[in-house]
Amino acid sequence: MSGPEQLAWGTLLLPLLAAACVTLFALRRPAMSAILSIGAASGVFVLSVGLFASLHGAPPREVAVTWLSVGGLEIELGLRLDALSLLMLLVVTGVSLTIHVFSLGYMRGDRSAGRYFAGLSLFLFAMLAIVLANNFLFLFIGWELVGVSSYLLIGFWYDRPAAADASKKAFLVNRLGDFGFFAGLLVVWTAMGTLDFGELEGKLAANPQSLGGLTSVAGLLIFCGVLGKSAQFPLHVWLPDAMEGPTPVSALIHAATMVAAGVYLLCRVFFLLALPGSIALEVIAWVGAFTALLAALISIQQNDIKRILAYSTLSQLGYMVMAVGVSGAARSPVPAMYHLTTHACFKALLFLGAGSVIVALHHQQDIWRMGGLRRRMPLTFVTFLVAALALCGLPPFSGFFSKDAILAAALSADVGGRSVLFGAGVLVAGLTGFYMTRLVVVVFGGASRTQAADHARESPWILTVPLLVLAVPSALSGFWGIDVAYARQFGVSHPADTGGIVARLTGTFAHAPAAAFGGLATALVGIGAAAVCYWRAPQDGLSKWLGAVGRWMRDRFYIDEAQAALNSWTQERLAWLADVIDRWVIGGAMVRGAHGAVSLAGRLLRLTQTGNPRTHAVLFAAGVAVVVLIVLVR
Amino acid sequence: MSVGLEHYLVVSGLLFGLGLLGVMLRRNLLVVFMSIELMLNASNLALVAFSRFNRHLDGQVMVFFVITVAAAEVAVGLALIVALCRLRLKPDVEELTTLKL
Repeated sequence: MSGPEQLAWGTLLLPLLAAACVTLFALRRPAMSAILSIGAASGVFVLSVGLFASLHGAPPREVAVTWLSVGGLEIELGLRLDALSLLMLLVVTGVSLTIHVFSLGYMRGDRSAGRYFAGLSLFLFAMLAIVLANNFLFLFIGWELVGVSSYLLIGFWYDRPAAADASKKAFLVNRLGDFGFFAGLLVVWTAMGTLDFGELEGKLAANPQSLGGLTSVAGLLIFCGVLGKSAQFPLHVWLPDAMEGPTPVSALIHAATMVAAGVYLLCRVFFLLALPGSIALEVIAWVGAFTALLAALISIQQNDIKRILAYSTLSQLGYMVMAVGVSGAARSPVPAMYHLTTHACFKALLFLGAGSVIVALHHQQDIWRMGGLRRRMPLTFVTFLVAALALCGLPPFSGFFSKDAILAAALSADVGGRSVLFGAGVLVAGLTGFYMTRLVVVVFGGASRTQAADHARESPWILTVPLLVLAVPSALSGFWGIDVAYARQFGVSHPADTGGIVARLTGTFAHAPAAAFGGLATALVGIGAAAVCYWRAPQDGLSKWLGAVGRWMRDRFYIDEAQAALNSWTQERLAWLADVIDRWVIGGAMVRGAHGAVSLAGRLLRLTQTGNPRTHAVLFAAGVAVVVLIVLVR
Repeated sequence: MSVGLEHYLVVSGLLFGLGLLGVMLRRNLLVVFMSIELMLNASNLALVAFSRFNRHLDGQVMVFFVITVAAAEVAVGLALIVALCRLRLKPDVEELTTLKL
């Protein structure tokens, strides 16, 4: 074991060390905790860059230590360094670092900042565990730790009931998905006898039928975990509520860490999902497409700046999940990872930009109480615009390339109804253009709607520098050959376009013209429509025009309410039944019954105790006689 | 006619039965006490008889123990009766119901 592996362990454990140090020594010292946490994040980033530089293009490496050895069961904690994890490592640490720095400005003056930074470092550690894990169990540990740390951070302002509820909701909904994930893990382990990714891939490549009838079941159960973590329908309800946490946390959850984990897992175990005869990919594609469409529709009628972005994240995650689902023909989910990477940059930028706006307006989040901010906050405006254009998928921004890759994959997918999937993707591209333009125009365009917006000033450099840093990959990462780097992981030859900027752009259009032109045209239509609708609009004219449909969109199609109703129908009744059983069957019949029977027997036997020695003597003699008789008869 | 083991055992059994009946039926504590002694001595008789007829001394050793225990028992029992008399209770088993729960 030499250099790079040691570095990998260091990368993994540095944030944990920082979290421990902050918790133990610096909980009441905000400055110290920030230094520790940001120091760990930058250290990890530097290490990741080093790892990437030294191992880029090298064959996969693994390093493991035995954790548990019980009988025949041997569980390892191991790290896997391959193209997928190396690049993901870079994305996670890079985006996290900017968010850490931004947090320093955003959380200034909060007395509990120590707790915040401890949570942030723990979050980073958990995510790195997911990225680097070489087996399912280690990944699952990181997976659960992500759930815990998101709970801690979403409920950071736990004295607000909404935040406390949101954190519980996030945790519980995730647990629901994780239950399926764990079941899937057990299925895999029972059938294959190993949880190591490399071994599993080898075994499945040698014998694709070795999971037998459980091929689809295992894939779908693992996808259950993704449903929760990557917030796919119907477990998407926690993500918008998670907006109750501090804005940098939202950025972290939405961009590089938590929700990305689901898509990353799908790509990590793609070999398991893409087995012949498995329907997992098909289900994944449809769930993703449905989520993308649903969330985009909801996003159009939201008025809270963070909620718009939250539903946009949902929609883009749906895109990525769909991209995994339609990658069966290409044998590699490169478009999903590509979009994950670019999305991580521009969505973090959008959230941090929103955070900057929110700080400037003294924690005002209603977009209809903003306006005209382009002149007051030029830096925030320009960076936000870059991210918005990337999200809309306009060339030459990064989102265009990754979105185009997904649409192209949908066109060439081997699942039934691929034209519907492609149509949904194109439609979502249009809707994305619409709601992002609405957001930008209403917040930054026109005239100020309130005094606060009129008096807003540009945020300090500690907030704007992370924005500027993130704007670079948001704009340019389409030209960096990220897809080529990911393609190496899956052993497919990618149409390597090493040409210049122009070559890449034209290459995209030439490769799949329908996807490129279709997506671009609908996005432009959406942008244009929103611009017409909202340019200098005093209020949301569209919601009147949409009427009841608009109300449905604003109220999130009543999915939360439907789930609450379902809950009170099933879970509450189940709880009532359990209560009755506990109270009357277990407590009444069994516990009190046993006690009553013993007590009654005692009372009856007490009648024989007359206290008269002669009675005792007679009974004693009778007893002896019985014993003697028994002895003699035998 | 020679006296055999059976004769001794019959006498011993009769004595034991008489003692048992006395314990169960008599009211006076002193008499109950004497009946218990009778039962002990009935067993002594049986033990000695076995010892004699089996040409083995174990039974007689046992008898020494029984006599010792009986002596101790008499001491304790008579002390109890004296204590009862001091409480001005009649030495009558019907009076002794304190063992009742």
